Amino acid sequence: MDLDNVPQEGNATLGGHRKAVYARDASGRIVIAPSKGWEAEEIVTSNAVDTLQALAEAARQRVQAGAASPLEYWMCARRMDVPLLSQTSGYWQWRVKRHLRPDIFATLTDKHLQRYADALGLTVAEIRKLP
Amino acid sequence: MNSHAATFQHHHAAHCESGVISNLLRHHGVPVTESLAFGLSGGLAFAYLPFIKINGLPLIAYRSLPRAIIKGLLAPLATRFRFETFRSPQAGAKRLDDLLAQGQIVGLQTSVYWLPYFPPDMRFHFNAHNLLVYGKEGDEYLISDPVFEHPQRCASADLQRARFAKGALAPKGLLYYPKAIPQKNITPEAVRVAIRKNCRAMLPPVPIAGVRGMRWLAKHVDKLPAGEKHSADFIGQIVRMQEEIGTGGAGFRFIYAAFLQEAAQLAERPVLAQFSERLIAIGDGWRAMALKAARMIKGREPVNPSTIAALLRQQADQEEAFFKELQAAVK
Repeated sequence: MDLDNVPQEGNATLGGHRKAVYARDASGRIVIAPSKGWEAEEIVTSNAVDTLQALAEAARQRVQAGAASPLEYWMCARRMDVPLLSQTSGYWQWRVKRHLRPDIFATLTDKHLQRYADALGLTVAEIRKLP
Repeated sequence: MNSHAATFQHHHAAHCESGVISNLLRHHGVPVTESLAFGLSGGLAFAYLPFIKINGLPLIAYRSLPRAIIKGLLAPLATRFRFETFRSPQAGAKRLDDLLAQGQIVGLQTSVYWLPYFPPDMRFHFNAHNLLVYGKEGDEYLISDPVFEHPQRCASADLQRARFAKGALAPKGLLYYPKAIPQKNITPEAVRVAIRKNCRAMLPPVPIAGVRGMRWLAKHVDKLPAGEKHSADFIGQIVRMQEEIGTGGAGFRFIYAAFLQEAAQLAERPVLAQFSERLIAIGDGWRAMALKAARMIKGREPVNPSTIAALLRQQADQEEAFFKELQAAVK
């Protein structure tokens, strides 16, 4: 890539930051140039973020319909899935899955919930309900 | 603030680990650029790891394993580093504070997700990020994160969470700092050894790594059903692993090209400059593939996995020829 081709398309997912890119200058030397990002990268990152946000939104609706516990919403909102929440909270995956059921979730004590709260960076009061 | 913090200089870099290690070594008087650090350690790689899942999608690495860049630099520079991990977050926090109080600049492995200074769209659960801490003011750490243009600050509770995040590649509070740096110049022999090592890494006997890993990935991509959401996500994942902050796969081709340019002088082998030019062209090929994939994801053209698979194979063929010839050139 030549210095003139270093993308400056203003990738919104970079949040205004610039990233360092290596490119060839007029004399053929490869140097670091700050880039505002390019569209291709913005598209794939937004796609990944959108997929995660759609999961959280679907979870929110299931919670509202009484089909899932608020834990499912928070798991998705924190961009986690069952294997990762299991690893972070220390509960087996089958227990995490059980806790995604509203009736089982309702029986959990504060002590149980605290482990999820720590894993998700929230308080116990927060994970009991939707935001 | 300690004296080190006052003299520490932050340099923007394309990749976290090579950026951290070159900034750290430069601070200690070793004149290494990011590209030199990357090349000397033999950092260029490719690995397709379908059994490590991040948000349900496979890990595709365009570089060696976490810590490999740092470790790969120890021999060529005859340096020694200390690596420490911790069972308890409290012990990890105390050790970091003690080292800072002693005036050390400390490298850390962290999660990306729990670092609040990252832009929200970049916050994924990726645990092998690297950064430098060069001081503490009140409750805030002074952070030199090389993928950011300027130094950052991070509250201690947030950094703590990022250091002790769990899941794939959990950092376990890993911190590192140099114990001894006896030699500050780079020998032609070290450069040649590093290039040979990297050629082997790109032309390995195992199917998941190097050019064979690319072909294996191409095979999986070929099997993805066209027009399904998951297929688009999978193709997006390849490109994200290739382009995004801190991973920057195709970017690695350009970093390595920069290294080969420096190596032409350091190793007194002008032919390496021609290889540098060729690798830039290969890097441009990766960028063209990323653009194609992005167009499919955006819906500007139909999602066609076999097109991406064909481009992957083309890249694999070019890199295979490239590294075979490079290997012969540094024999």
